[in-house]
Amino acid sequence: MDILPILSTLRRHKLTSWLLILEIALTCAIVCNAVFLIGQRLQRMDMPSGVAEHELLQIQVADVTAPSNPYARLAEDVALLRQVPRVISVASSNQVPFGSSSSNGNIRLDPAQPERTLFATTYFGENLVPTLGTRLVSGRDLQPDDFVDVETALKALGTGESKSLPHVTLITQTLAERLWPGQNPLGRIIYLTPVVGLRVVGVLDSLARPNAYDTAKAQYTMVVPIRMGANKDQSYLIRTRPEDRASVLTAALAALKKADPQRVVTTKRSFDEVRRKFFQDDRAMAGMLVGVIVALLIVTALGIVGLASFWVAQRRRTIGVRRALGATRGNILHYFQTENFLLATIGIALGMVLAYGINLFLMLHYELPRLPAVYFPIGAVVLWLIGQVAVLGPALRAAAVPPVVATRSV
Amino acid sequence: MFSYYLDLALRSLRRNKALTALMVVAIALGIGASMTTLTVLHVLSGDPLPGKSAQLYYAQVDPQDIKGMQPNKEPPDQVTLIDGLNLLHAGRADHQALMSGGSVPVQPEQSSLDPFYVEARYTTADFFAMFDAPFLYGHGWTAADGEAKARAVVIARSLNDKLFGGANSVGRTLRMAGTSFRVVGVLDSWQPNPHFYDLNTGSYAYGEQVFLPLQTMLELRLDRNGSTDCWGNGGGGVGSILPSDSCVWLQFWAQLDSPAKAAAYKEFLVHYSQDQKALGRFERAPNVRLRNVMQWLDYQMVVPDDVRLQNGLAFGFLLVCLVNTVGLMLAKFMRRAGELGVRRALGASRRALFAQLLIESGVVGLVGGFGGLLLALFGLWLVRQRPSAYAALAHLDLSMLFTTFVLAVCATLLAGLLPAWRACQIAPTLQLKSN
Repeated sequence: MDILPILSTLRRHKLTSWLLILEIALTCAIVCNAVFLIGQRLQRMDMPSGVAEHELLQIQVADVTAPSNPYARLAEDVALLRQVPRVISVASSNQVPFGSSSSNGNIRLDPAQPERTLFATTYFGENLVPTLGTRLVSGRDLQPDDFVDVETALKALGTGESKSLPHVTLITQTLAERLWPGQNPLGRIIYLTPVVGLRVVGVLDSLARPNAYDTAKAQYTMVVPIRMGANKDQSYLIRTRPEDRASVLTAALAALKKADPQRVVTTKRSFDEVRRKFFQDDRAMAGMLVGVIVALLIVTALGIVGLASFWVAQRRRTIGVRRALGATRGNILHYFQTENFLLATIGIALGMVLAYGINLFLMLHYELPRLPAVYFPIGAVVLWLIGQVAVLGPALRAAAVPPVVATRSV
Repeated sequence: MFSYYLDLALRSLRRNKALTALMVVAIALGIGASMTTLTVLHVLSGDPLPGKSAQLYYAQVDPQDIKGMQPNKEPPDQVTLIDGLNLLHAGRADHQALMSGGSVPVQPEQSSLDPFYVEARYTTADFFAMFDAPFLYGHGWTAADGEAKARAVVIARSLNDKLFGGANSVGRTLRMAGTSFRVVGVLDSWQPNPHFYDLNTGSYAYGEQVFLPLQTMLELRLDRNGSTDCWGNGGGGVGSILPSDSCVWLQFWAQLDSPAKAAAYKEFLVHYSQDQKALGRFERAPNVRLRNVMQWLDYQMVVPDDVRLQNGLAFGFLLVCLVNTVGLMLAKFMRRAGELGVRRALGASRRALFAQLLIESGVVGLVGGFGGLLLALFGLWLVRQRPSAYAALAHLDLSMLFTTFVLAVCATLLAGLLPAWRACQIAPTLQLKSN
């Protein structure tokens, strides 16, 4: 197909051509970035928690008046829950992965260093590793005699007396690699405060933070042997088989209620619900982006249909003359298809530059990574296809113009 | 002339129904999407206390140890209990309040109701006057009540409805966390958005059900919610243990009725920091901030990033819709070159043609704007179905309704300018000859 006649025709419709090119360019730029954003959100929603998600239940109960011995209370509750049929394991924790509410500490490798090395989540609770189902990669799990009551620890923190403070910790692989790249983390010391030095005794495969907003730092977690008492922020975590979750949750709540009818249950959910709730905004945003992409493509396609129809109507006579001079229907069809392809290509080329610019702006204002090059061909193919589909109707109509039109006045 | 042009415009639009519909739909979609997101942004970045917010200031001082000090670094976002009480007792502002959030179990007298937890605000006497909290019955507690750790409570209207059937409950007893409190006041529906005075508990659609004197909470050690930041050997506190003195966990607000008073108060905060340093409590040079409500919300970047992003996206979409409309309008006007040539030949000035074509695009804009309004209402309904905390706030107000139409008509007129100008450039004789 010779494109020179097409170009010379387009030169006579400069303004309209440029408008169409501009529309395609804007659409291409927005679609590239929107698809990229959707990818980011979907990737975030897939973030690993490191725990056996389909086997876990979370319960939080609150006492109307604080129990006289919260540690005994918690131990009683855990023992009660262990007796519920089909329960595999029970733990208590001050937080859960993707649970939003979090407890964190400043990590230093040297107690005298002025700035913290990083900010990591500190899980407190007994029996966490077997219940959560996170794997110990090396070292050992926390033992009962590692644990210190939280009040004892807080008092010791105030007086600076280190004997009554915890001395060991478990950390994730990611955190170990970040703190001591390529080295064995076992036996090394992390300082939470100048007096709290914790020796790494075990490395966990994976355990996400409750507020894992930043993917890179989502695994900066450690488990510290601090024994918490029963309080409304403490969670009971129950592990069971996926198919038993509903019945175990009901039975567990009944057992807790039976032990003290005055208690208020503030949370009762499966871990699937925890994840769904944590990523609900990402899901909504991804849905919205899909909606915008679809609407944009429809509007652009309709715009192409409108302009192409106008051009076909305007050039009826010319088409008739070409047909009378021997052009086949296929020639006419291809003419309009090629014309659209040309315009789309210029639009896409401009759109790529624009997409890159928008991405730079987003990187500056929303902490997004750079747009990977793979999104450019996606945008290009989508717009070429949309253009060809949109122009097909008008082009077929053009091809149907009979040669006899040439001899008549419009 | 206007009505004649309007008639011409309507005739022309009717002649080409598909093209007109295409333009109207494009405008409506663009306006609908951008008005939906703009309304959400407008609601979320609104002033929680119009008329009062400029006089309310959030105070920050820097009590941290010398470790990790950097010049120009912001002080902590909250205050320690000691500093909060010191500033409160200094009483240098027109009004001041120290506060923190929490939740308490309510034990209803009715046996039909199980105990339940409600969100609580532990604060000091001036809170209600400072933040213009409207009372349905009774009033707040006095500063003396607060110092005396009175078992007094102000409850929200919804809790009053639930527990007391909406009756005047002032003087009645409310049992919470095993302690009997006397209801001293009932607030009318009140929920400032954003929840500016404490953003740690959730920025939007968050409201406390009970308000208790802070000093009472300190004595009873009720449960705290929100954020606690510690340094050095500070421990965050748990259960009945309060956070240590090297932890910030309270908010301090001051009402300062004139800019001069605000400047003087900032000066006072500097002096206070110097005094504390002289006493050996503070280790850093005075590092204070005093922001009014809107400055504080801005500093805390309270509007979610996603909402800004959606707004940008919607306006990008509107731009595409407008370019689309310009193209279609151009096609439409150029197609009528013959008709326009005749009008020119009969003596119509370029200006008259221009006006006629602009009216035509204005009509498209108005119809598109109306469609956009319907779409925006639908869009806002969709937003309200979303799970985000702010979703429930997404409602169109009068000013946004007006903005919708202005935006729609302006946008289409703007889109009509280029095609109308182009169509007016046609030489009348050429058009007449070619036919």
